[in-house]
This record gives sequence, structure tokens and C-alpha cells, in this order.
Amino acid sequence: MRAFGLTKRINSIKFSLLSPDEIRKMSAVKVITADTYDDDGFPIDKGLMDLHMGVIEPGLRCKTCGGKVDECPGHFGHIELAMPVIHVGFVKNIKNYLDATCRECGRLKLTDEEIEMYKMKIEEAKKMGASPMQMFVLYKRIIDEAASRPICPHCQAEQKKITLDKPTTFREEGRKLTPKEIRERLERIPDDDLELMGVNPETARPEWMVLTVIAVPPVNVRPTITLETGERSEDDLTHKLVDIIRINQRLRENRDSGAPQLIIEDLWELLQYHVTTYFDNQTAGIPPARHRSGRPLKTLVQRLKGKEGRFRSNLSGKRVNFSSRTVISPEPFLSINEVGVPEKAARELTVPIAVTEQNIEKMREIIMRGPNPRDENGRYLPGANYVIRPDNRRIKITETNSEMVAKKLEVGWVVERHLTDGDIVLFNRQPSLHRMSMMGHRVKVMPYRTFRFNLAVCPPYNADFDGDEMNLHVIQGEEARAEARILMLVQEHILSPRFGGPIIGGIHDHITAMFLLTHKNPKFTKSEAVHILSYLNYDELPEPKIIDGKEYYMGKDLFSLILNKGVNIEFKSKICDPSVCGGTCMKEKCPIDAYVVIRDGKLVAGTIDENAIGSFKGKLLDKIVKVDKNLGRKFIDDLTRLAVGVISYIGFTSGIDDEDIPEDAKLQIMSVIKEAEDKVEKLIEHYKKGELQPLPGRSLEETLEMEIMGVLAKARDEAGKISAKYLGLENASVIMARSGARASMLNLSQMAGSIGQQSVRGQRLHRGYQDRTLPHFKRGDLGAKARGFVESSYKKGLNPTEYFFHSMGGREGLVDTAVRTSRSGYMQRRLINALEDLKVRDDGVVVDTGNNIIQFKYGEDGVDPTKSNWNEGINVEELLVDLFGEEYLERRKKK
Amino acid sequence: MSGDSELVLIWKDKMNNVEALMLNAPVYYAVDFPVKLEPPFYAYITLKGKEANYRVRVTEVREYEPLEGIMRRSNKNLKTLLYLEEIQEIASIPLNEFRKENGEEIKRVSKYSYGTLTLITDFELKKFRDMTDEERKIYEMAIKDYGVELPFSIVSEIAKAEEKYDIKNTELKRIVDRAVEIYKKRQVDPYEAVGIVGAQSIGEPGTQMTLRTFHYAGVAEMNVTLGLPRLIEIVDARRDPSTPMMTIYLDEKTRYSEDGAKELAKKIESTLIKDVADIVTNITDMSVIIRPNMEEMENRGVTKDNIVESLAKIKLKIVVEVEGENIKVKLSEPSYKNLNRLSTEISELTLKGVKGIERAIVRKSGDTNEWVIYTQGSNLRDVLDMDGVDGRRTKTNNIIEIANVLGVEAARNAIIYEALDTLQQQGLSVDIRHLMLVADVMTQKGYVEAIGRHGVAGQKESVLARAAFEITSKHLLAAGVTGEVDELNGVAENIIVGQPVTLGTGAVVLIYKPKKR
Repeated sequence: MRAFGLTKRINSIKFSLLSPDEIRKMSAVKVITADTYDDDGFPIDKGLMDLHMGVIEPGLRCKTCGGKVDECPGHFGHIELAMPVIHVGFVKNIKNYLDATCRECGRLKLTDEEIEMYKMKIEEAKKMGASPMQMFVLYKRIIDEAASRPICPHCQAEQKKITLDKPTTFREEGRKLTPKEIRERLERIPDDDLELMGVNPETARPEWMVLTVIAVPPVNVRPTITLETGERSEDDLTHKLVDIIRINQRLRENRDSGAPQLIIEDLWELLQYHVTTYFDNQTAGIPPARHRSGRPLKTLVQRLKGKEGRFRSNLSGKRVNFSSRTVISPEPFLSINEVGVPEKAARELTVPIAVTEQNIEKMREIIMRGPNPRDENGRYLPGANYVIRPDNRRIKITETNSEMVAKKLEVGWVVERHLTDGDIVLFNRQPSLHRMSMMGHRVKVMPYRTFRFNLAVCPPYNADFDGDEMNLHVIQGEEARAEARILMLVQEHILSPRFGGPIIGGIHDHITAMFLLTHKNPKFTKSEAVHILSYLNYDELPEPKIIDGKEYYMGKDLFSLILNKGVNIEFKSKICDPSVCGGTCMKEKCPIDAYVVIRDGKLVAGTIDENAIGSFKGKLLDKIVKVDKNLGRKFIDDLTRLAVGVISYIGFTSGIDDEDIPEDAKLQIMSVIKEAEDKVEKLIEHYKKGELQPLPGRSLEETLEMEIMGVLAKARDEAGKISAKYLGLENASVIMARSGARASMLNLSQMAGSIGQQSVRGQRLHRGYQDRTLPHFKRGDLGAKARGFVESSYKKGLNPTEYFFHSMGGREGLVDTAVRTSRSGYMQRRLINALEDLKVRDDGVVVDTGNNIIQFKYGEDGVDPTKSNWNEGINVEELLVDLFGEEYLERRKKK
Repeated sequence: MSGDSELVLIWKDKMNNVEALMLNAPVYYAVDFPVKLEPPFYAYITLKGKEANYRVRVTEVREYEPLEGIMRRSNKNLKTLLYLEEIQEIASIPLNEFRKENGEEIKRVSKYSYGTLTLITDFELKKFRDMTDEERKIYEMAIKDYGVELPFSIVSEIAKAEEKYDIKNTELKRIVDRAVEIYKKRQVDPYEAVGIVGAQSIGEPGTQMTLRTFHYAGVAEMNVTLGLPRLIEIVDARRDPSTPMMTIYLDEKTRYSEDGAKELAKKIESTLIKDVADIVTNITDMSVIIRPNMEEMENRGVTKDNIVESLAKIKLKIVVEVEGENIKVKLSEPSYKNLNRLSTEISELTLKGVKGIERAIVRKSGDTNEWVIYTQGSNLRDVLDMDGVDGRRTKTNNIIEIANVLGVEAARNAIIYEALDTLQQQGLSVDIRHLMLVADVMTQKGYVEAIGRHGVAGQKESVLARAAFEITSKHLLAAGVTGEVDELNGVAENIIVGQPVTLGTGAVVLIYKPKKR
């Protein structure tokens, strides 16, 4: 664990190129043999697995630092190249330097005055804080300017045109330049001129881009893998290095023995190929080096690049311990702040507890229990898995040694205790699209094997229980635990920063239940009421109402039990239907009970539905949470408990008979559809006769299609309306749709009435066979049925052609989703990348890392969207009522 | 700009001339036109002939004579020497703000031109200049008593309440007091990672959006890109949106007359020759025959003479013959290659209308009961120049075009508007502050920058952050050559090296020093 107090911090990282001297200096061994291990499986001296470069086998010691596996950090070796070769990564740089400098004297081909001028420009740009990218542009301009000079202004030498044969061959007017010649030219460039070309002479010299020495990475960068069969398999990098050493050897021998130039050149080129692929095996223009099996080798660049590369996979994202993953399932009796953790996971996941004078006895007791303790009733008790001594030694606690360890325990040790109720953990579901995808929960250890949580927390995680899995992370530090408790706990995230409304709230059955409980204020006998409230903690039953001499408890009063005193709000329910009152809201006297009035925590009128308690939309919920997050949490907890009571007592079920409509409604729907089809026929006839008037800017065909789509869409709506007329609020499916619990009236009308037009790419179906969609139709038939209009309902069932059309439409939906996820994922990655560094300074100014001001005041008013009032400013009316009271205001109203 | 009407000299120049002048000023500059103005005066240089980009101060004018160390505009016909004391880059002024003495605007500057610079000063900054006394009182009260600048919307809400109720002064104080309290409570916390929250708030609903082109609300005839593709287009800062579109509002005269609107729409809609005529290539006598469609021509208000006139714009050498109804165009020097070119060039010729606008549709706007023109295709600059157009409300969905015509601040507003509109069309609610932040990041440099590899993300200070985003190896190699230093200020870099980031709780350093007993 980290020491208390200040921790070290890396201040900056400087990048530079390695010079050949530096490579030699830091090298632990000069590698000269291409072999790895001898027959006994021992690393060969001066070979690629030389013990100077580190150890990967347990038992051996590093010859450089003496460390064992995991202790030795690894050391570089080097290979001396017989002839220099070009580094592929710098080919463009080399070309630039060759172009911009004189082939004779090595000076930048600009006059001294120009050099002065550009130096000033560079300085100015740096002073103005140009980004590295902008500096590149400037350097490129200087290089281009210098490259355009046909004669060197310094030595008057005539320049020749240099061309680059990708990837690594340079030619000067057709003649091949050897890397050796190139290196010589680059050596001549003076340091002062380099600065104008964007090279920092303190960190890089151009001739270092032509390699004479290659650094050999430590063995633990490229470990040998021993298969189960005992067979050894070398890393891709080792393979490549073997190639380089072999060719290098042959080249040296041939050169020293004076072999013909042709052979030397061939070998030289081969060496260049191997060095090139050693760095980047996806260089354009050359075939990638392959493994024996035909798989391309993964060399240096491939190790770093892309999603699976070192940067994105290992550096920007890291693997962790103390985490677990399992299937999730619902548990309405947990608070939204809690998460049910299976005992099995709780015994594996531990929390480090520092032993102090205050807790040493308690810790002893926990250790004494051993690794698998239970109380006398067989219930879970936290034990401990390890203790850590101050010298960082871990002692595993077993049944046998638990008492001994407990006795030895001292202040300053750390005990790794099992999870127990109340520990704070992080809970996460992927894809983690927003910050609510990872929230802090309190542990509740439970039997069985799934993670469990309150259903109201499904929306922020976007979770359901059809097999979803989630991850749980146990926090190991006090600082992190405090942050998680204060900032990350679920109740702190009930409001979403996206729109400033609640994202955690009632869903599905919560809404249905509240609707059943409050709509038209149903009455319950005492026994019923007690039953409904049986899961809830409440002080006392509300005042009963006497109806016909009997005591009844009203649904609205029961709901008011979970409301706190002091809540005042009025709003329209989801079921509000302006056609009932003709647009002039009757407020409390709404005939369909769709205007919610809550006064001082009492539900006076209205139906509680999605607009009151739903996630994303719940206005009542929003109001409560904005007053106090703790109250908000309690409200949601109570709400779920109440909902379970209501819905399991009243009973709620939906079946296909919900979509039964009377025979004559069916006839009406049929006739509406028939009419529409006739209309379509008429339109087609019209079109065929050439009487159709095209809409401006549209062809006749397009106009026809648009008209037909219009007619058919209207017919579907019409059918929906007819079926809706026969489906009232006594119907379970309708209750769900109207209250906003699930589904919509459209879904119902598709089940009861007609499914309607199927479409692909926003057009009626038209592809398939020549001039027709299916062979069931005549060629050129433009009628409704032939082009994907499904007149059946889901309940009635689809005929074969309809079924086929419906599948076409359905397939488009699937493809659409697949394409959309990847596209929006990339957009979000880019957005985050662009904005991740922005922060609000303590004076309210938004700045980036370079302290550049992005906004003078965040969002122009400095208001946090989470705390804002659903995009509104301050509700002054509410404020006035709050300050002066309604009656006083009424009197003060101006005429 | 000094003075509301100064006589100025404008000429067109080349970029490298201007660069040389900027490096060398003050300097004598030899120009190839006579100047009859009394120095000192200001002159303007235009680069493209559309707006003035540079201002120079001329303190001496004399006849040209070869001198040491002068600079030249061209090499021939030098007439005047101007002594330029200073040259500075200015925010570009459209040439139509320079008027000649007779009142007509300078459209194109070839060599030089005189003009009078007129300033348009009747801007209306509604919000702050038009604060009512009541509003100002409340606003100032909040500043004086609490040192808080209340947002205008809150101030005006309170003022409205004052109108509605009889409120005593002490009560007003209590109201402002409470408003300030609420406002303060809602402020963002310092070091909040607003960028990440914003990016997530825009990115997360992306998964819920459709991926298709739909018909624009109200105008069924037009296809407009909506949903996720449109949002991506906005953050990409594409030069041309896939479906450019304008909403043109009309001035008070034409706003309420359908005929006026339709006439204007006809003027705006561009008509190509191929829209009103068939074009046939006759290989036997090496000619292109234009067969006008009389009905279409009448529809679009084009005459045959218009066609003949427009043929003058063709750069090939041609002979035009009118044969009854048809028009025959022949090449003066017959060649098959040019014949082909001629026929395509003829069919693309614009007869009338605004370039780039393919279609204009007139619709009555629902809420204000006025006529509005919707167009497919966009050309803000030219449409704003037309009579009858209400330039203040006219919109285009081409953000880059807005940046070019109206400037970055307008582009910033356009980004916010377009993104918010796209999200709302999909029924997704996103707080406007997130979009403001994205728009501000995209426009912070003074021009519109895309979000991504070629824009904001690629410009980051940190090598590691750039390497972690895209094209890893390129950035690392280049960093070595230039000897870049990564200061580890950002989020990505610190995660890579494994230390706390500098946002939120990581931005503050707190050390607890226990008291010595």
C-alpha cells in the first residue's frame, strides 16, 4: 500500500532518438550468434537469449544485475551492422533533409538572411504557443523552400534531383544512393541548420536515422514460450532478430572476403528488408515477413499500434485485481444504493484493513474465524484470506494456521478481510457510455451466484436480466473509498448530467403499480391496505374514509405514505388527453384524473404514472431528488417496495386476449384498409394515364410513391384509432401503454388492427425479382399488397408473402443497429478524446491542458446541467409561492 | 476602422506580395496604376476580390522612378510609388461595404479602385442594450449586493413577476436574495471534468438514434440528413454537408405575399440549360444543337435570348447560329475532344438563379403565418445579397459556409443550433451546455476545426495522448526527432504513466498535517 503523505509524480517525459554510441553504451552484450539455446536448453553466450539481457526462467540469475525473474528489469543488447541500413520510420525525414540540403557542403539551401528570417519566425511561433502540428507545417514550408533551390547559395554547387523508391531506396537522377552515402551526406549537415528543419540537435542527428547499430530488446520483452509438450517457441521479435543477425553475418563475411559487388548489394538489400520488417511489418511496398505457418509476424510497430496495441490495450486500459464478474438478476428489496454479492465472490474479494490499536482485537477475531466462517445459523460471516506483514510478506490464512496468525497479529499489519455488508464497491456494465455506467454500491452479501440490484438502477446501466453480466470492483484505498462514497454512490447519480432529470426511477411494473394504486383513487379495506403496505416501513396507516358505513383506505392516501411532508407540485400525467377537455385544462377536476396535484406531501388529485416517477421523465421524482438526494433515494426504495405490494396484491397480467376487439371493429378496420387499397389503385391508374401532377422537383414515380405511402400510413393510423376505441383503460395492455410502463398504442394497434406498411430505406419494398417483389405478384404491380403492405394483425397472423415482407423490414432494423453501434462508438471516442482534458477552473473558466481558455463561463451561466432545472432557469412562480405563500400572492395579483 | 466615410484606395494583390510587404514595411511599393489621392490615407488590399483582407497606411505618393530597395507589385508598366508605413491583417470587410461616390458598390477590384467605406452601425444587441429599467434594477441589485451577475433569463423572469404582482421593495429584495441563492447553488463545482461529461452526454444518445435520411418536418419534398449521420457530419466539420439546405426568411414587404415569395423563389432557384432544353450532339457536322422546351422555358421564365446570351460564358471558341426554334453551336476549330467538352459545358451552364441552389420551395410557416422559402443546396453569400431576403433570420445548414460568410461566432452558434436540432428531432434531450462546449472547442482557434484525427484531437500538446488516439508510430518517431517534452498535463498521458489525472479530486492537492501534541 502507498505510504501516507506525498507521493512521487512524474513531471515530464522527454523524447529523443538513440545515437549509435548510446545504444552501445547501454548495451549489456554484443549479440553475435543467431542461436538462442544450446542442447541443454541453456541460453547461449552472446546469443539472442544471453543471460546479460535478463532472465525469463525461474532459478537463473541475470548476469548484469544479478536479479531473478521479476526482479531483473531486463537489459538491452546490441547488434553491430556490417553495413548501414535505413530506418523505415524516418524515410520521409531523410528525404526531406536530402532535398533541403546541399549535396556538397551539407548546408541548408537558404541564404543566411533567409535563415535568420525563418529562425525569427520559428521563435515567434513557439512564443505564441504553436502546437507541435502547427510547427510541423512551418518546418515543412522551410524544407520545401530550400528544396526548390537548384543551386546551393553557400557553395554554388549544382543540385541533383533525389527521388524515393518506396519504401527505402533513394535515387539521385536514377543512380541508386547507398545508405552509406546517405549517412555521409546527413553527417555533413551542421547543427544550426537542423533547427530550421524541425530537428532538435540535442536529441537527434539525422545520420542516426541510418542505422549502424541495432538495439536488441531485453529477453523479457520477447519471452520464449514453452508449450505443454516441452517444445519451445520463440517470440516474433526474436525470429526477426535471428534473421537480421544471419544476414548481417553473411554480409560481413562476403564483404571481408571481397565478394563481387553484386552479391554484396543483394545481401545488403536483404539486410535492409529484414531491418525494415523488424520495425514495421506492414510497410507498404514490401511483402510482410511471415512465420513458418504463414501468419505475418508481429513486430515493433504492430505491438504498439491500434486497438490491441500496447497503447490502447495496455497503457490506456489496465487489468485489475479485486474484481469479479457474473450474471445479474433483480432484487426489489435492495436499496438502490446496494448490490447483492454472492457469498462465493465475497469470500474471494477482500478489503485491506490496516491493523491499529483500536481494531486489533476485532481483526484477531476475524482472522480466527479462518477463510470460510459461518455463524451458528449457517449464515455468512466475513473472514480473512491473507495478512500482510510490514515487510510486504503475505501469509495465507487457512483453517489450520488461523489461530496462530491471529496471535501473531501486530499493529501495522494489514488484514485482507472478506467483503461484508456495507463495504463500498464499484459496479459497472459495459459498454460504459457515460459516468452512470460505473457507480458505487454498498455490498449486501447474499446466497446464490448472481449480482443483484434494485430495478430502478437498470436505466443508467442500460441493463436487463436476459443474461447480462456485470463487473464489480472492490476499492482498496481509503482515499478512493471516501471518493466513491461521496461522489460515486448511486444516489448521487439519480439525476443525469445529460438533461438534468432523473435517470434512475420507476420502470415497467413500478409505473403500472402506481397507476393501479392512484388512478381514480381506488378503495381498499384495512386488510387489503395492510397487505399492500406489508413490504413498506411506515409509521401508521392513513386516515380511513368512511363509505357506506365501512372504513376504506384510498389508493392516493396509501401513495402519500411514501411522500415527505413539504412536497408541493402540480403537473400533467402521461395519460393526459387534451381531446377530453378540449384543450382547456380543468386541473384538479380533470375528468380522467390526469392532473397531478400534490400539496404538502399529500396526493390530492391525479394519476401517478411515467410523468411522475418514471426514469427520464419523472417530474415528482426530480422534485424530490433536487431537494435532498437522501430523500430521493428513500423515495425510490419505498416506491419499489410499494409497487411490489400493490402489483402482487391486485394482480396484473396481460395476454393475447387483451387485443380482442369486437367483430364489427374488425369489419370497420377491414373496410378502412380496403378503402385505402382502392385509393392506391386509383392513384396508380391516374399515374398510368399520365394524369398525376408531379410535386415540385420530384419525378412522377417519386410523387406516386409518396402519395401511396401517405394514403397507407393514414389507413394504418385509422385502423389504430378504431382498435384504440375498443381498448379501454380496463385493459392491462392499454394500462401499460397509456401509463408509459411499456409498449405504445401503436404496438397494440399492430396486434389488434393492422401491421401496416413495411419499408426498407424509407421506401416501400420494391426489390427482389424483376419488376416485382415476389413471384406471387404480376410484373409491374405497384399495388399496396405487392409492395409490402401488411394488412393482417399480429394476432390474426401473417400470410406467407406478408411474413416475408415483414422479415425484410425486420432485417433492416437489425443491420441498422449493428452499423449504428460501431459508428456512434467511434464518434464518442473522438468526442471524448477532444474534450477529455477540459476542466472548470476555480474561477469558473473552462480551460484545456495548455491553459487555453475555451469558455469564460461554463455554459455561459456557469450552471451545472445536473443541478439545473430541466433546462429552465429559475422557476420564479415557484419561488414566489415558496417565499410568500399562495394566498398572499393571490391577493397581490395585479388586475 | 476609423471614420465612417473615408475615401480609400483598394487594389487586388497576391499573397506573396503581401507577405513580403509585411516583412519589410515600411517600404516603397511600386504599383502599376496612377493614384490621385492626397496622402496620408488608408488603402486596402484584397486577395480574392471579394473582401478586403489587409489595410496599409500610405504616407507618400509619387511618380515611379527606379529606386534602391523598392518592392514591386508587378514587373511591367509601373506608374506610382507608394510609401507604405504599415500593413496589417484585418478582419475581412466585404467589398460591398465600400461604395463609390455615386453610391454603387464595388463588386470586383481588378487593378485598383476608389471607394468610400461605410460602416453599418445599426446593430441591435437585444439582450443587454434593451434591458428595461426594471430589469436593469434587478440586475444591478444582484451585482451590488452579492457580486453575482444573474443570467438575463432569470432577471427578466423576475421582472415579469413584478409586472404580474404587486411587489414591495423589501419583497423584491427577498426575491433577488433567493434567486441569487439558488443560482449560486447550481454553479458547477471547480475542477469538474465538464469535457468528459459533455462528450458522454452527446455520445451516449448516439446509440439510440436512427441511421436514415428522413423527410424534413413540413417540407415533404426534400430529403435532409438527420440522426446519427448528421451529428457525425457536424462534429466532422465537413466542408459540404451531404444535404445542404437553406431556410430563407423574407423581409416585411414580401413576407406575407405568396406571389412575392414565389417570384423570389424562382429567382433563387438556379436553372441550367439542360433543365429547359434538350442538348444533342451532332457529330456529322461537328455541332451541338440546343432544342428548347417552350413549356419549361415559360415555367421558369427563361427566353431563348437568355440561352444565346449565356453561351458567351463558354471559354471555347464557338460560333452560335440560331435556326428557327433550335440553337446550333459550332466549334470554330473542329475537334472531337472539344466537341464533347462543349456539350457537357453547355448543359451545365447556369441561365439564372443562385449558383448551387437546385430547388426552392415556398411554404407557409405555421407559427408566424408568413411565407418562407426552403431550398435544396446552399449559397449563403449570394442569397443574403438578394433583395427581399431577411438576412437576420435566414439560415443554412452548411456550417463551414456560415464561418466563411458570417464568421466563427456565427459558426459556433450554427453548430449548437444544428446539433441540438438533430438531437431533438430524434426525441433526445441533451442540455445545451454540452453542445456549447463542443462548439466552443471546435471554434476556439478562430476557425472551425473538426473533432478527430485531423482536427482537435490531432493537435494535442501531449505526444502520448496523440499516440494513444490514432497513428501511434508516426507521433512517437516525430517526437524523438523534434525532442518533444510531454508535460503530462492531460488525462490520457497520466493514465498511461499510471498516476492520478489532473481533473476533479485529482486537481487539488491536500496534505493533512496532524497537530503536534
